[in-house]
Amino acid sequence: MEELIEKLKREVIEQLNLEDIAPEDIDADSPLFGEGLGLDSIDALELIVLLEKNYGLKIEDPKDGKKIFHSIRTMADYITEHQKP
Amino acid sequence: MAKQVVITGIGILSSIGKNLPETIESLLASRSGIGTLKHLNSPHQDEFPFAEVPYSNQDLLDIARLTDPSNYSRNTLLGMIAAGEAFQHARLDRLPRLKTGLISATTVGGMDRCELYFNDFLTNNSKNQYIDVYDCADSTERIANILNIRDYLTTISTACSSAANAILLGARMIRRGRLDRVVAGGTEALTSFHVNGFSALKILDKMPCRPFDANRNGITLGEGAAYLILESEEAAREGDREIFAELAGYGNACEAYHQTASTPDGKGALLAMERALNVSGLDPSAIDYINAHGTGTDNNDIAEGLAIERLFGEKIPFVSSTKPFTGHMTSAAGSAEAILSILCLTHRMILPNLNLKTPMPELHFTPVTELRKNTDVSLVMSNSFGFGGNNTSLIFRKSTD
Amino acid sequence: MAAYINGIGLISPQHTTDPALFLPDVMEYTADFLQVINPNYKEYIHPLAARRMSKLIKMGITSAKIAMADAGCQMPDAIITGTGLGSVEDTEKILTSMNAGEQLMNPTPFIQSTYNTISSQIAITLQCHNYNTTYVHRSFSFESALQDALLQCEEKVIKTALVGGIDEMTDNHLLITRRAGHWKMQPVNNLKLLSYQTPGALAGEGSAFFLLRDRHSPGDYGVLRDVKTFFRPKNLRITEQEISTFLSVNNLTVSQLDAVILGYNGDILFDTVYDQLGSGIFSNQQQIWYKHLCGEYYTSTGFAVWLAANILKHQYIPAAVKFNNQPVNPLRQILLYNQYRNTNHSLILISR
Repeated sequence: MEELIEKLKREVIEQLNLEDIAPEDIDADSPLFGEGLGLDSIDALELIVLLEKNYGLKIEDPKDGKKIFHSIRTMADYITEHQKP
Repeated sequence: MAKQVVITGIGILSSIGKNLPETIESLLASRSGIGTLKHLNSPHQDEFPFAEVPYSNQDLLDIARLTDPSNYSRNTLLGMIAAGEAFQHARLDRLPRLKTGLISATTVGGMDRCELYFNDFLTNNSKNQYIDVYDCADSTERIANILNIRDYLTTISTACSSAANAILLGARMIRRGRLDRVVAGGTEALTSFHVNGFSALKILDKMPCRPFDANRNGITLGEGAAYLILESEEAAREGDREIFAELAGYGNACEAYHQTASTPDGKGALLAMERALNVSGLDPSAIDYINAHGTGTDNNDIAEGLAIERLFGEKIPFVSSTKPFTGHMTSAAGSAEAILSILCLTHRMILPNLNLKTPMPELHFTPVTELRKNTDVSLVMSNSFGFGGNNTSLIFRKSTD
Repeated sequence: MAAYINGIGLISPQHTTDPALFLPDVMEYTADFLQVINPNYKEYIHPLAARRMSKLIKMGITSAKIAMADAGCQMPDAIITGTGLGSVEDTEKILTSMNAGEQLMNPTPFIQSTYNTISSQIAITLQCHNYNTTYVHRSFSFESALQDALLQCEEKVIKTALVGGIDEMTDNHLLITRRAGHWKMQPVNNLKLLSYQTPGALAGEGSAFFLLRDRHSPGDYGVLRDVKTFFRPKNLRITEQEISTFLSVNNLTVSQLDAVILGYNGDILFDTVYDQLGSGIFSNQQQIWYKHLCGEYYTSTGFAVWLAANILKHQYIPAAVKFNNQPVNPLRQILLYNQYRNTNHSLILISR
């Protein structure tokens, strides 16, 4: 799990082009949106693309993204739960 | 003293008709143009409905009576046909020339050719004749060529409000005496480029779009072109011609909030409508009908609906979105919907908001769901809002002629 | 109706971002196309806001901010942008991934590829809800934006307008448009541009934003008096007529022009228009050229307006831009004449 979390941090930074942020700056449990990293609805769409491209997971309704993308940990949980072994 | 601006000609080509008479017929029959994609090759073909113009590019060449197949983009063909119809409708081809301009709107430009031949562009010389048709100005310059317009031409792109801004600029230039006549409108062909883009934004509805419905789930993309002939009142008097409407007001505002989203309370929409009313000198209560932007996205319809409630208070005019007829014609939507609004004036009708089953609980008003005939309409407002918060409202007045 | 040029922000292949300096040195390149000297965008744009911005957007916002600061203006009454091609980089990202058969598209390049994104992101940065529009018509793009601003001044609906012209070049776009004959096929030395005598121009890029005011105020560079575009003149006579009509509408004759800025871009097929005017109606005027410094692009007249404004302000013509040597009196009236491939022609009149 911790390995996946670290990998996700790097992927999120790359996908969202968060130039000035290092993986260690992101707390796995802090909110990504709003006051956390300050991400917005377009970032959420980018994260949907990330999940589909890198993990083969399709999110049809962007509204579902709210819960899944709450934090790096919730993303990791979602991937672990839904990815076929 | 600013001159009065009137409309003397209309040309429209969309999924509901290849010309004005066919368009009117579809409107009176409440017939939607939304269906299955046939001419654009897209991976989203079976996923979403589209309001495609039901003609191949070869058909469009025939309709435009062009004998050289040359290197026209679909965008240009659509634009040439609709602008040509407007020009003839106003009988400008038979009148002595006054200072005439062309202000055209598009965003995808010749992307339909570019996306087909991009690989050739990069690797070989076989499709070089299509390289210069890729940008936005190509369709404008070709329309100017066939209509022999030399005095002024430009192209506007403000995403989905582009054509409304073309009409706005045309009106302003006539009011200040820069031009006597302007062919103003927009053209947009469906392309994989923007179908994929809208799909990536997750705002395409799998059902035909349902603006202002509680269960709405996004846009249905359409295509087509629509142009109006704007003239100063003096110019319009020449040649015993019909005046269809007067352009009474216009307003442009920027939401300055987010690249794709509206503020939840519709501040940008409110500002655009207020400014249009200010230019016209009218009270909100004078407006009889609003042809709403009403895309069918969650965000737009709530923001626009709340802005309408704030501006019009207790006395909300008839409201409908006509996008369930034509689909969202993106850069051409502003002029297409301006034309549908003018047809409400000339045909004494209110067009229905098709596909509306469950009204939005957040709003206190419900758009018109059935065609209302024999209704006196004197003043209509047409809203067009675009990505980037580029919002524009136009007001048309029934001609007293 | 005129507007006063009160602030300028220019990002170009020359050192132009500091409004206090007027071409302190001239950059010499041997290149396929001239690239802008990128300022440190982080000084102007918050990293969180910058995360989705490609180069063009950063150039636009930064030059807009420099112009606003130069004029001491906080909030313009209108934001009007001209761009011939918008974000080529974002458009190519999408086309490249589509070309590779990629079904899944990233939303960000799509949003950035829309032409109005520059104007609207400047509005978001400034929190400006005022008039906002974007012109996208080849070599008329920036001129249309200027015309719109002048019209609004005349309508008395604005006191200030932020007006810009912006375009970029990429390796792929150069490769593609070279096939259509736009550019020189080999790298060239920009300062020797006219010596090659070959078809095709030297491509370039840049972003020029101007803060215009409806009345005189301290720090003005000059007055933007009038702008005119004309399309496909049938022959040189028509072009000459357009020029003389434009001047007479503004109560001027050619002999009253203190300098003429011409759009020479090195393409021998079309530079002949300037040659003919230069040895004809403009033969007694001080002639100036500039595209060897910034390259050819659809909104390159933004660089020319910057040049004219600074010449008027400093009362000095840098040697690097002099095309001929006429005795020069006080510099009061400067005419810009530009044409691209003898199709899109424009005239811009700037006075002291």
